[in-house]
Amino acid sequence: MTSHITAMLYATAAAATAAAAFIMPAPAGAEDTVKLAYIDPLSGGGASIGEVGLKTFNYLAEVTNAKGGVLGKKLEIVPYDNKLNAQESLVQVQKAIDSGIRFITQGNGSAFAAAIEDFVAKYNDRNPGKEVLYFNYAAVDPVLTNDKCSYWHFRWDANSDIKMTALTNYMKTRMNIKKLYLINQDYSFGQAVRAEARKMIGAKRPDIEIVGDEVHPLLKVTDFSPYIAKIKASGADSVITGNWGQDFALLLKAAADAGLQVDWYTYYAGGTGGPTAVKQANLPDRVFAIAEGVANEPYAPAREFEKAFRAKVNVTLFYPRAVNEIRMFVKAAEEANSLEPTKVAAKLDGMKFTVYDGGDGFMRADDHQFFQPMYIANLGPIGKDQPFDEENTGWGWKMMGKIDTPDTNVSTTCKMNRPS
Amino acid sequence: MQELVTISTLNGVLYGMLLFLMASGLTLIFSMMGVLNFAHASFYMLGAFFGFQIGQIVGFWPAFIIAPVLVGGIGALVERYALRHVHRHGPVAELLFTFGLAFIIEELVQMVWGKGPADYRVPASLDYPAFTIFSTNYPAYKMFELLTAVAIFVVLFVVLKRTRIGLIIQASITHAPMVAMLGHNVPRVFMLVFGVGTGLAAVAGVIAGPALVTQSNMAAALGPILFVVVVVGGLGSLAGAFVASLLIGLVQTFAVSVNLSVADVLGRIGVAPPTGGALFDVWNVTVAEIAPIMPYLLLVLILILRPTGLMGTPEH
Repeated sequence: MTSHITAMLYATAAAATAAAAFIMPAPAGAEDTVKLAYIDPLSGGGASIGEVGLKTFNYLAEVTNAKGGVLGKKLEIVPYDNKLNAQESLVQVQKAIDSGIRFITQGNGSAFAAAIEDFVAKYNDRNPGKEVLYFNYAAVDPVLTNDKCSYWHFRWDANSDIKMTALTNYMKTRMNIKKLYLINQDYSFGQAVRAEARKMIGAKRPDIEIVGDEVHPLLKVTDFSPYIAKIKASGADSVITGNWGQDFALLLKAAADAGLQVDWYTYYAGGTGGPTAVKQANLPDRVFAIAEGVANEPYAPAREFEKAFRAKVNVTLFYPRAVNEIRMFVKAAEEANSLEPTKVAAKLDGMKFTVYDGGDGFMRADDHQFFQPMYIANLGPIGKDQPFDEENTGWGWKMMGKIDTPDTNVSTTCKMNRPS
Repeated sequence: MQELVTISTLNGVLYGMLLFLMASGLTLIFSMMGVLNFAHASFYMLGAFFGFQIGQIVGFWPAFIIAPVLVGGIGALVERYALRHVHRHGPVAELLFTFGLAFIIEELVQMVWGKGPADYRVPASLDYPAFTIFSTNYPAYKMFELLTAVAIFVVLFVVLKRTRIGLIIQASITHAPMVAMLGHNVPRVFMLVFGVGTGLAAVAGVIAGPALVTQSNMAAALGPILFVVVVVGGLGSLAGAFVASLLIGLVQTFAVSVNLSVADVLGRIGVAPPTGGALFDVWNVTVAEIAPIMPYLLLVLILILRPTGLMGTPEH
């Protein structure tokens, strides 16, 4: 209970001090800092995504420091460019460790996440007393907290099975869904979405007919009109897609061009460029997304935070989970009264926490997967009590359903190797 | 079946013409200057961003003219002050130069417009469905795309093959000293060709920008397929590029609509398909799944079977 109250105070305090953050410089010397290495693409094709993450973490550090930092030390984000490459990711992790950094965070790309998780686990085995923690804020391949799970890895984003559980729990209530089409990118994540969608829809709504199940090469398709023609020919009324980036934008534009009228159930319609594409495609209230936070959700502390964040960073808060990550990191350090990674990890393990958007979350001790309420929202022209639009389109997210923490539960196969 | 064939043909032709629009400048520069311009897709991207930015101020139609002229001007300057010097050191130096230029342009675009996508929209005057077939809409904007591509092909073809300018340009590549003796300024001819070539890339950019995604990685995403068009068509052949664009557009579009795999075919002719083993995936991959890779398969086959491309001429 006390932890809940503390968390509430934190949430409120964060909102209240957000504005103050710009004015108050946090005084700190080099040795008074705690460094968090941010390892994500900062050049090349993934840069547009990596950049937004970096801005988010820098802002979070600023807010944290305005409130006194982590145990009185200033939180500093140190960016490393992994160029969306597994080998390069490990080189950068090593560089970060060599410069004395004990906490790293990464999110874009489950393949790189798996490489880092494995590297950190081995490093910690070989270097007792110099442990490193890996905070994953966006890589969603379920395997990271299942077969490949590690005590040193903590995931704040809902993995794709959890997202699909939540999404299908909402979809089963939508009786207008009769014929469903799946279209995904041909790599581990897209394949996971496809398999889970089939399994879960089959179990929860056996009456829904899956009329198409398509994969296409990742980020290589320029013209989606032939795919749209197939969707149309199949007679589908709804589509599930895990597509992100240009694969999402081009898919929706092609749909709009051809005049395809279906409901879209997506993971990443909220990503950079997504809302712009939905607006261009002119599909009001027909594109749904699953996320752990909705900007227009009526929860005052989150709204305050969103407002201050947008004013400063000039983008939507795409990573409410990163807020949870940093707040829980601070909380764990304070409870442990130490910045020793092993002690911080012991506190994070099983930690209960009031999440950014309100409601209860917990870091499951079995696999270090964070569980939190999930939201279904759709995008359309903003109405009253919807203060936020997306990418200056005049369209914003409207909450359509909340899937509370217990309903997001999925089992794990993790057999965690805990430090003795 | 008829519906599928009609729609796929239409989609294929439209996509093919978009490809030709993008590749026309590249093939022009190669055929008339012998320079394989790796930065071509970057000029295309510049065209898209210029079109977006200028369009914000004066509207789409003036931008449709101004942006290509500006980008063509930049191209001409690049030729005059950089490429011309590099040219003396042979084709490899040129290739490397344009390769480096592509990175510089990408970085500059990121500095000015950032890394995210720009909100570049189809102009209201073309934002309506032109016609509907089998309840599928075909937007007017795509028709405009198609017409522009055809117009560019016709104009280029006539200018190069039927006019005095074309004659001089063609002579400049094979008989440069003789053309110079006759009193023509050969370097200026090359500058002009490079300027027009990059300007054409910009035309493609202005048009494709709203239809696709205008962001700083659009050049890198598009680069490879343009080379496929040019190589399959025959390096330096304008008509070849036109035919190759159509071919690739149609092949890719039809492939997407075919859900057959090797295992299915084996099953139909009465052979039991393998149920496991290392090659299981290979047997079960459908044609649709590998459709976007088809053009590259075509590229490899063409290089093996007919290295000069469909309509290319052997090296002089």
